[in-house]
This record gives sequence, structure tokens and C-alpha cells, in this order.
Amino acid sequence: MLKLLLSRFLQGLLTLFVLITLTFFLVRAMPGSPYTEEKAIPEHILAEKKKSMGLDKPLPVQYAMYLYNLTFSQDLGPMIKKEGVQVSEIISESFPVSMMLGFASMGIALMVGIPAGVIAAVRKNSPTDFACLAFAMVGICLPSFVIGPLLAVFAGLNLRSLNVGGWNSATDWILPAITLGLINAAYLARLSRGGMLDVLSQDYIRTAKAKGVPAGKIIIRHALRGGLIPAVAFIGPAFAAMISGSFVIETIFQIPGMGQHFVNAATDREFFLIQGLVLFYGFLIVAANLLADLALIALNPRLR
Amino acid sequence: MLLRQFFITAFSVCLFSCEKESQVERATREGILLIGNSADPKSLDLQVVSGVIESNVMRALYEGLVQFHPTEDLGAPPGAALSVTPDETFTVWTVRLRPEAKWSDGAPVTAEDFRFSYERILTPSFGAKYAEMLYFLKGAEEFNKRETPDFSSVGFEVTNPHEFVLTLRGPTPFFKEILKHYTWFPVPKHQVLKFGEIDMAGNPWSRVENLVSNGPFRIKSYRRNHHIEVERNPYYWDAENVSLNGIRFLPISNSFTEARMFRDGQLHITNTAAPEVVDLMNHEAPDMLRQEPYLGTVIYRYNNNRKPLDDVRVRRALSLTIDREALCDSVFRGFEPAYGMTPPMGDYDPPHGVELNPEKAKKLMAEAGFPDGEGFPRLKLLIASRETNAALATAIQAMWREHLGIEVEIENKEWSAYMVAMQELDYDIIGGGWIGDYIDPLTFLEMWSAGNGNNRTGWASEPFGEKLKESFQANNPADRYRLLYEAEEILLNDSPATPISWWGKNYLIHPSVKGWEPLLLDNHPYTNVRLVPQPTKR
Repeated sequence: MLKLLLSRFLQGLLTLFVLITLTFFLVRAMPGSPYTEEKAIPEHILAEKKKSMGLDKPLPVQYAMYLYNLTFSQDLGPMIKKEGVQVSEIISESFPVSMMLGFASMGIALMVGIPAGVIAAVRKNSPTDFACLAFAMVGICLPSFVIGPLLAVFAGLNLRSLNVGGWNSATDWILPAITLGLINAAYLARLSRGGMLDVLSQDYIRTAKAKGVPAGKIIIRHALRGGLIPAVAFIGPAFAAMISGSFVIETIFQIPGMGQHFVNAATDREFFLIQGLVLFYGFLIVAANLLADLALIALNPRLR
Repeated sequence: MLLRQFFITAFSVCLFSCEKESQVERATREGILLIGNSADPKSLDLQVVSGVIESNVMRALYEGLVQFHPTEDLGAPPGAALSVTPDETFTVWTVRLRPEAKWSDGAPVTAEDFRFSYERILTPSFGAKYAEMLYFLKGAEEFNKRETPDFSSVGFEVTNPHEFVLTLRGPTPFFKEILKHYTWFPVPKHQVLKFGEIDMAGNPWSRVENLVSNGPFRIKSYRRNHHIEVERNPYYWDAENVSLNGIRFLPISNSFTEARMFRDGQLHITNTAAPEVVDLMNHEAPDMLRQEPYLGTVIYRYNNNRKPLDDVRVRRALSLTIDREALCDSVFRGFEPAYGMTPPMGDYDPPHGVELNPEKAKKLMAEAGFPDGEGFPRLKLLIASRETNAALATAIQAMWREHLGIEVEIENKEWSAYMVAMQELDYDIIGGGWIGDYIDPLTFLEMWSAGNGNNRTGWASEPFGEKLKESFQANNPADRYRLLYEAEEILLNDSPATPISWWGKNYLIHPSVKGWEPLLLDNHPYTNVRLVPQPTKR
């Protein structure tokens, strides 16, 4: 077990290193620079700006400096367009918002998706099953930029206690969390239905039925454990994605989360912010995958 | 029983919540203006920023020597200065500061603050993006480009703590218009130097906890990507005539989100209104929709270095076949068809240099060797990926096909890549626009001079340059306008680029907002805005 953990940890470190390196060079290969603006910045000013950010140095030197600062002072670098602001500030301000929204959405996804999937599997080919499948299909096919504004218009505009946008009152997380949650619930429903169907056709379940074990007990004690494996494998990375924010949801509901930075940093060519976000997200994914692996081992004795 | 109770409670909660006052109603009562501002400002230090978003916040926090007029585009009521007086050549301007003007920490606003501010923005190692705006000052450009060693060579002289003299590079009768731009506003010397050197990039003096300003408002709170709130500045010299208690700027980037928030009673004024929203509001609540001219021009540039666009006949033919009226009717909302590069402003009406004349265009094309479009290469029309741009490009593509029998291919690029292509002249034809910085034709014409970083067409014309140069020396406003008019005629005749329409600004405004009048630069003085509670609900 310890060996497995250690190997996974080292793999994770290597993944992050490759990720940082690739990102560093890829973002700099994009056309344009952080100083590409509608109104041209005069050459002599541009030279001063680049010098103050160290962007005038050769790429390998910049890369070495970045790695050095990252390793020895955990410095993610400065914001280029927002002078005086650090990348770490941007992440530390926006991540808690995304994390809170991510947890709420995950809660909704789990509470809706897994029961729907399990019920559909148990009542295979019944109207309930078809209803669950239809729900899942709609959730998967309808993108958040359709569900979000629809919810905002129908619920937000009609109920004064719900705002269509903003992140001020305690109820402001409801609509975005439902939007984000329902989409993931749809995936979870399909995955857990599939997983459960697989398990329910196994011999040991038939044996349990033959022995007269009550249906509820069979599902909860014997089937769920194996049936949820595909869902759990999905939850890890999905969770990392949810707590790191969604550009679409944040734009639709005007939320100061981290998701918008992923897109804006790329269009603004905020080199250090892109690198910082990719590194942070990479770390979350690696960690979530590790946790998902551990959960899978706990669920499936054959993996031990 | 329990279920029934639950429903009764839920119903009453809903009923109660329906009667709760909206955020706009509450803010109106409290005198706080809620305003959509599209994005987060890059900084609260006015000398490092360069955008419209920042300008909206800066106007609340700081005050320049003169103010914006609440109802007129030209005209500059006194601000931090009691008077700004030119000599007879409009070259030497004497500024007398208001002795009672104070910073938001109570310190007096002095001539030394202005000297320090102008020195800071022009200091080469500080690298201010908008330092160019101060090149009107004699010697400023040379100092900013390290051609002279220190600020003493710049035309700025402090004569006493509340008076200074500005010497300009030439006659500038419209100088007061320039002074309205925030690059000419002061920063507090004592506070800036407390946190760093004059040229320190990212000086923390402009962080919320340290920010000191001299405008009608001071900073109250700031949460990135969430809001900026300013409150009444008790030290402001005219504080008693400021009606608002505060302003809350919301960085809402999506115009549909903004429109929904407006409809939900969360905003007094939106930053913009998408064409779809304009159509809807025209229908449902026309009194809340404003469509006003804005100081900008939608422009299509031609690459004057590439064949066949290096031939003026081809460029003119392309320009003559664009039906600007039709475009303004169907693609834009509230934009006016352009007939010159410069939108009409004050006493300046640009030459009528573009028209729809397909017959003439066909003749020109035939003369250039492309009768009925035969042999004309397939050109690329580059646009940035935004919806209106695509609709406009498609319409113009169809017009050229119909009138000239030529095919252009529309190419769509992500914004930065598109900007790079424009800067490096890596395009055939490119869509774009230009927003003026101040109310004078120069802000639309100077960019076309040879070698200007914003020209981006490869076009260079000596006669045009000469006219501009002559205008710099003209100290009679009428003569100056005539010279600029002639320069614009040369520009339009040569058609290195063609104007499509003059910009318009569409936005939504709540009826409780008073004193927000149409202004070409959209720079509303917040001191003039009042909030009046409305008797009826939405």
C-alpha cells in the first residue's frame, strides 16, 4: 500500500513537471504577447515593460528563473497586466469561491445522479428507467450555457429571493450550483446505472436472491459496492474540475471564481497566471485521481 | 398535516420575498449608484492604466484641472484648478489651483503634486503606457524617450504652491479637452513616495488600504471580479454639491448576464446592451433603453503593401460598394453610417469622403485591370471572433460579390492573434475600429501619419503629414480645423482604410437615475448624477 502511494506520488510529481514545462513553452509560442493591445504601446515603453517583468531575457533563462522561483520560494510569478498583483493572490481569492460552489454542485450531483442511476438499474426497462435515462440524456446534451440562462430567467427573475447574478447573499449559490450539479448528475446517473446493471447480473447477486436476502439489502450491501466503481472513477477528476470553477457558469451568474481566469488568462496572454492555474489544476487532478484510486481500492478488494 | 404546514410556510416565504425591495430600490434610497463596468480595472493607479473601464472608476476617484461638462461635449468647468488660462498663441497655459482642494487624507493638492505626477508618468523607467498623452507638453516626448536626462527640460514650471505654467509643443487651442483625460489627473506625491520610488512598477500605494485620491469619491471597498465601491469624499472641495453617497462598479463581462441583472433590479445602468437586448427593450421598455452616439469609428483597413490593394483605384472601388446605410439598419443598433473617418464633433464636420456608388466602383476596377472582377485575386478578410464582426463581414462580403463580382474569404482569429496580424500587416483586409481619446479630430487623424503605431496599413502620405504638421502650428481654431479637414480629405481620397459607421453606445438605464445625459465620450461627471426613488415598481 505504502509502495503504491509512493509510486503514485512520484508519478504525480513527474506529471506536474512535464505540465509546467509544456505550458511554459506553449503559452509563449502563442501569437501575441501580454502587451498586445488595441492601442499600440510605443516601442520604448514596451521595452521598459518587458524588462521590468524579465520578459526580455532569452526563453531558457526565463524558464530557469521560473523553475527556481517556483521551487525555492513557491513563487508563481506576477500578473503582467495588473502591475503589483501576484498570481498567488488571484488564485487564493478566487479558489475559495469556486470550491464552495464546487462542493455544493457535487452534493447536488451525488444526491440526484447516483440514486437516479441505481433506481434506473433496479427497475430496468420500466418507465422509471426510461425517465431517468431521458433526464440523463437531456442533462448531458444541454450545455450549461443553455440551462444556466434558462434557470436565471425562470427562477431568478420570478423569485425575488433568488438573484439572477452576483455573489453577495447566501442564496446566490443556488442557481449556479443546480446548473453545474445537474450536468454532472446526468453523467453520474448513466455511469451508476451501467455499473449497477453489470453487478446485478452477477452470480453472487443471483445467489443472494436465491438465499432469500431482501431486495433492499442486496442492493445496498452487495450491489452498490461494485456498481459504483465507474461512478467513483468519474467523480475524482470531475470533482477537481468542479471545484476549480467553470468559465461558463461564472460568466452567466457573475461569480468571482477561478474558472474565468482559465479563459481570460489565455486570451490576455497572462503567462504567469496561465502557468499558475495549470499547475494548480494539475495538482488538484493528480490529488483527486489518487484519492479516487484509494476509494476504488476500498470498494474493490481485487485491486488490493 | 405537516405537508400542509410546509406549503403554507413556503408560500408565505415566497410572498414575502416578492415584496422585498430590489437592490436598485434599496440603493436608490441609500444614494448608491449601481453600474455595470464590464471588467475589473487593471489597477487603481491612474498612471499605469489605459482603458475605458479604468477611466470610469478614475473619474469617480480623481479630479483633473478641469471637469467634464454634464450635458455638453465641449466645455470644461473648473475642477482642481480655479482657472486654466492660455496666452494669445495657445502655447503657454497658466494654471491657478483651487487653494481649498484636498486629497482624501486631508492633505492639500498642490502644484508640486502635479509636477510630480507629470514627471512620474513621463519617467522612462516607469513605463506608463499612456505617457504619449502628455506629449503635448514641450520636451515631454524627448524626456520620455530618454533623449533628455531629466524633467527640467519639460515645459512645466511651478511658480508658487498653487500655481504653475505649462508650455506646450505648439499652439493647442483645444488643450482643455486634452486636460479632461485622466492621464492629466494628479497622484498624491506624499502617498506614492511613501511606498516606493517614483518609477516603481506595481507601487502598493494604489492598493485599497493605501489609496488616496482627490476626486468627489474615495475608495470604500474592492473585491476583484466582484465589485469596486467608492464613497463620498468628505475632503472634496465641492462635497456639498455631490448628490450620490457612493457608486458600486460591477465587472460584468457578459452583456446578457448584465441585461438579466438589470431586469432583476440589480443595476441602475448597464455598460452595454447587445443587439438582441436592444430589440427586446425597444419592444418592452423603450424608456429604459438609451442609444447614443459615441466617439468612435468602425473601420476596415486595407493592406496598402499588398497587391492589388496597393492600387488606390481598387481600395476606392471596395469602399464605394459598401452600403453603409444598410449595414447600420441590419447589423448594428444605434450606429450611424459614416461619411468620414472622424465623427462630427463640436464645430468639426468631416468631409463627405465615402459614398455608395457601384457604377463608379466598377469603372475604377476596370481601370485597375479587373473588369467585372475578372482576374481579381481571392482576398482574405480578417476579423476578430465576435458575433457582430462576423455579421458585418458577411454582409460586406456579399456587397462586394454583388457589385464587383469579387470573392473575399472571411477569416476569423482569436483576438490577440488578430491584433498581431494587424500590427505586423499580415492581412489583406481587416475589420476594426477606433475610439477617440478626446474631443478633437486629431485623435482620429494623427494615427494615420507615417510610422504611427496605430496606422497599421502601410500607408504613408507626405501631403497628409504636411497638413497635420501645419495644423500643429495654427493658433487660430478655424484655420486649424480647415487644415485637419484638408488632411482628412487626402486620407479619404487615398482610402488606406475605409470608415463604415460611427460608433453608437447602447445601454439600459433605470428611470431613477437623473442627470445622466448623452455625451460623445460617455464620460459622465458623477457629481451631477442624482437618484430619485420611483413611485411605481418595475
